[in-house]
Amino acid sequence: MSRGVAITGMGIISAIGNNVAENYQALISETKGISRISKIKTTHQNDIMVGEIAYTNQELETLLGLTPDNNYSRTAFLGAIAAKEAINDANISDINKYKTGLVSATSVGGMDMTEKYYYEYLDDATHRKYIAGHNAGDSSQKIAEQLGIEQSLVTTISTACSSAANAIMLGARLIKSGQLDRVVVGGSDCLSKFTINGFKTLMILSDTYNTPFDDNRKGLNLGEAAAFLVLESDAVVNSENKKVLAYVKGYGNANDAFHQTASSDNGDGATLAMEKALQVANFSSKDIDYINAHGTATGNNDLSEGRAIIRVFGENVPDFSSTKAYTGHTLAAAGAVEAVYSVLALQNNVIFPNLNFKTQMQEFSITPQLTFKEKPLQTVMSNSFGFGGNCSTVIFSKEA
Amino acid sequence: MKSVYINSVGSISVQKTYESNNFLEEIVEYNDTVIPAQDPNYKDYIPPAAARRMAKGIKMGIVASKMALQDASLEQVDAIITGTGMGCLRDSEKFLSNILDNDEQYLTPTPFIQSTHNTVGGQIALELQCKGYNFTYVHGSNSFESCLIDAKLQLEQNEAQNILVGGVDEIGEHTVKLLKLVGQIKTEPVNSSELLLSNTKGVVFSEGANFFVFSNQQQASSYAEIVGVDIFNTLPIESVSNTAESFLKDHNLSVNDVDLVILGNNGDVRFDDFYNTLTSGIFKETQQAYYKHLSGEFHTASSFGFWLAANILKAQSLPKVVKLNDKNTSQFKNILLYNQFCGENHSFTLLRKC
Amino acid sequence: MDALKQELKENIIEQLNLEDMTPADIADDDMLFGDGLGLDSIDALELIVMLDKNYGIKLTDPKEGRTIFESINTMAAYITEHRSK
Repeated sequence: MSRGVAITGMGIISAIGNNVAENYQALISETKGISRISKIKTTHQNDIMVGEIAYTNQELETLLGLTPDNNYSRTAFLGAIAAKEAINDANISDINKYKTGLVSATSVGGMDMTEKYYYEYLDDATHRKYIAGHNAGDSSQKIAEQLGIEQSLVTTISTACSSAANAIMLGARLIKSGQLDRVVVGGSDCLSKFTINGFKTLMILSDTYNTPFDDNRKGLNLGEAAAFLVLESDAVVNSENKKVLAYVKGYGNANDAFHQTASSDNGDGATLAMEKALQVANFSSKDIDYINAHGTATGNNDLSEGRAIIRVFGENVPDFSSTKAYTGHTLAAAGAVEAVYSVLALQNNVIFPNLNFKTQMQEFSITPQLTFKEKPLQTVMSNSFGFGGNCSTVIFSKEA
Repeated sequence: MKSVYINSVGSISVQKTYESNNFLEEIVEYNDTVIPAQDPNYKDYIPPAAARRMAKGIKMGIVASKMALQDASLEQVDAIITGTGMGCLRDSEKFLSNILDNDEQYLTPTPFIQSTHNTVGGQIALELQCKGYNFTYVHGSNSFESCLIDAKLQLEQNEAQNILVGGVDEIGEHTVKLLKLVGQIKTEPVNSSELLLSNTKGVVFSEGANFFVFSNQQQASSYAEIVGVDIFNTLPIESVSNTAESFLKDHNLSVNDVDLVILGNNGDVRFDDFYNTLTSGIFKETQQAYYKHLSGEFHTASSFGFWLAANILKAQSLPKVVKLNDKNTSQFKNILLYNQFCGENHSFTLLRKC
Repeated sequence: MDALKQELKENIIEQLNLEDMTPADIADDDMLFGDGLGLDSIDALELIVMLDKNYGIKLTDPKEGRTIFESINTMAAYITEHRSK
């Protein structure tokens, strides 16, 4: 059980860039990807802001070399783009040379197409090809096909906004136990009218730029993204002489068991998740150099998460920031997006600023990192929390 | 590495499986294309204040979970792992049609919250006040088997001692219409006893929840040992037999060691050949069983097959109604399950008498 | 005012699926949240939609609901003063 889990490749597409390099550039130049929505017609257009990816579905189809008769949802398009980048980044030419699986995450699945053609399907056959693409697992099947993964373990996790963190966790466990030599892990979620209206009913959408950990925060901006990591066993790394970007060192999942959507006031679930992750990594809280917080900028999350961080780290809270001001909250993809950012932070020894912050929260005295900072980093902790009380923490490190 | 046992079961299905001590003695026959689950008295299990916002999938999941906990004589578990193909489908449909019908106005949060795939797993945690590990897998016909893989991994490594694992799906009216349009649900009713003779495309669609407590501690009530689970995103029909054999070989068994093979035949003329290749091939001389004429088809219907296998191993008897051929066996030691849906997401599961 | 209160009780029971209750079970000054009827924050969001749909009152901050939804009395008073339909 002491095997290392190496990250040997990464891919991402988000509102701040179509690949890892573009995302990094935007992060260090403090360029936000938040704007008014343009690709979905909604009556809330002027009430919300989103993190939208510039490419149209047609452009994504062309990039992937797909013929127009495909039945990809936008979730599948985005996922395939990011997963392919990760495979290229890991220099993998023969994917089936080692026992390779895919663990993906999504919350909307093919809802973007379903909501477009929901009634039209009934009396017009034109778009019925998308019906089979609605269920969440379909996007993962397509991503696996794009990567050439055949006759292997492919599955999908959906635990709302912690989904991709959980995909990373399962992938790491599959490698540690020796079930797989290599796992592509991550998540993909596109924007949809369904989620926009859903979060609207919960009254947690900001009408302006989201401001994580700010006393006057007004809620979150939804975003769309996909991000994937290639995880490989020590054996593969050694025999292929692989360059390792970082390691998945610890992970923990716990349930808040408090409320269907809200987090408990004292962040019980979040505290448990962080503690478990530290335990798996065999770390004490002092060993964490930077926390990429969940930090959605809702009243509830940031208070609960902040209190949980204080419970775990006491007087010595490390530098922390939320990158959701850049990308918006990308739901099931968020854990993978922020895993990529955590690895970028480790690789470059930098901490990305928590943008848009103006006013210190009254309930506690911890303040996120507000400016771009260079600092030697050995470890990064990343938090992802979701509806259903689902709380996840993953720890990344330079050393195995 | 520790062994993993099925210590209890709980089932809500289109049969009256909610009645304990009824192991398919009384069969409900259907002649339809879509069949809803037989409802237990939910109020016996869920307080009204908690039940008022719950979708049927949540209710089925909670009741099946509570039955499983009771059967295992447990109040609490270390983790909850749920599989669902579509989640709470009715609420998803309700929220979407409200969006479209009311031009995004006057929408209420409840159906949106329920539409989240992990709402069943989250609600079970809330009911049990279980703060442990809580995952939801949503990968078509491998949703439940993904849970098995995850739970087995944790129990083998002793990361948990008792895990609640289940599969749950519910019927949604609009989805049924759409699935009929694309031939995934049969358009002509078929009698359940003649499901495999329908010679038509599509399935008889249904719903249900099957939950289990898995443990690395065997107890008097244990049903079976979970020996192995493998899932495959793709599997060409020519490779099904080889894959079955190599799966058995991974667990030091051969075809002759299998006392019973339980197959996921659902009467879809386009895809039942995946099963036929086994029944007329390597398992020709093996006792064979099927169950989707009793459970109907849904993404987590294989959890009903798993329930069946666990019960057979504990009772050491095979209900006549599931027999697919006339072979017999003196005892049931090793049971192999194979399932797929529309030629995708194949699984092999091996259970052993304990 | 009494008619409005009766209407509110009926709507609350229907909208929030309080299956086992009748309007007579809810007193005008019963606490709707917490120890009273036991409603929670999701119910509060449901009630905000009800204010909008039935009475044309738009709340933008769920916190505003806390005092408005204290009891049937406070709800009726607020609606009477602010309704636009």
